[in-house]
Amino acid sequence: MVPLSWYVVLGVLLFVIGAAGVLLRRNILVVLMSLELLLNSVNINFIAFGAFHDDFRGRIFAIFVIAITAAEVAIALGILVALVRNKATLKVDEVTMLKG
Amino acid sequence: MEQGFFLVFAAAAVITALIMVLTHNPVHSALALMACFLQISAIFVLLAAPLLAVIQIFVYVGAIMVLFVFVIMMIDVREAVLQRFVPGGSLPALVLLVLLGVEMLALVIMSDRFSVAAPATSRTAGNIRELGTTLFADYLLPFEVASVILLVALVGAIVLARKEAD
Repeated sequence: MVPLSWYVVLGVLLFVIGAAGVLLRRNILVVLMSLELLLNSVNINFIAFGAFHDDFRGRIFAIFVIAITAAEVAIALGILVALVRNKATLKVDEVTMLKG
Repeated sequence: MEQGFFLVFAAAAVITALIMVLTHNPVHSALALMACFLQISAIFVLLAAPLLAVIQIFVYVGAIMVLFVFVIMMIDVREAVLQRFVPGGSLPALVLLVLLGVEMLALVIMSDRFSVAAPATSRTAGNIRELGTTLFADYLLPFEVASVILLVALVGAIVLARKEAD
């Protein structure tokens, strides 16, 4: 039987790797993919705690997280396509069009 | 046996996640992330949640990553490949990350709340009928809100990605 703390440690590792991708990478596509990884590492925690406490509300929350993630990716990639059409860059630092 | 499977899947997930963050080419990042999601769905199977594992493969690997690959194909990524990986002045971010990781690991290791033994006979293991009843009875309002959010995202993505008519 795998102890609960192993799952939580795996979630921590994936969360830190995803946060590193968000903070250190400058490519918008990779930043978005790292956000997916962040949400997935939280899902692991939800399902692990739900399984170990014999409560399937963890799974229900994971389903909601997946649904909201799908919506978020669709909107984010739509914004990205519109952005690249207006200004041909993929670097986060160069997207300063809203600055007056 | 189960621990061995867990270690294999967890190691593969961490390695593919590292490849995703460290590689320069966004296409390689997308493929590594796809592999990482497959490992995570295997971990969901170990957690006796086969429904979530299938949803994970359908939604993440099947839909979201295909969307990413499509967008990568639409956008010229050659310019992005050539850029420097870690820009200057990222030291605060690195320190923040190390602090975050150390803090969370310390909390997990020093806490005694994670020593929960798994229930001997899992009452809800694989019981999708009970999951569906709870989802459509107790969580009906959040479910409807989530479907409205998906509809709004659908319309919003079409409006955002459409070419301006005028």
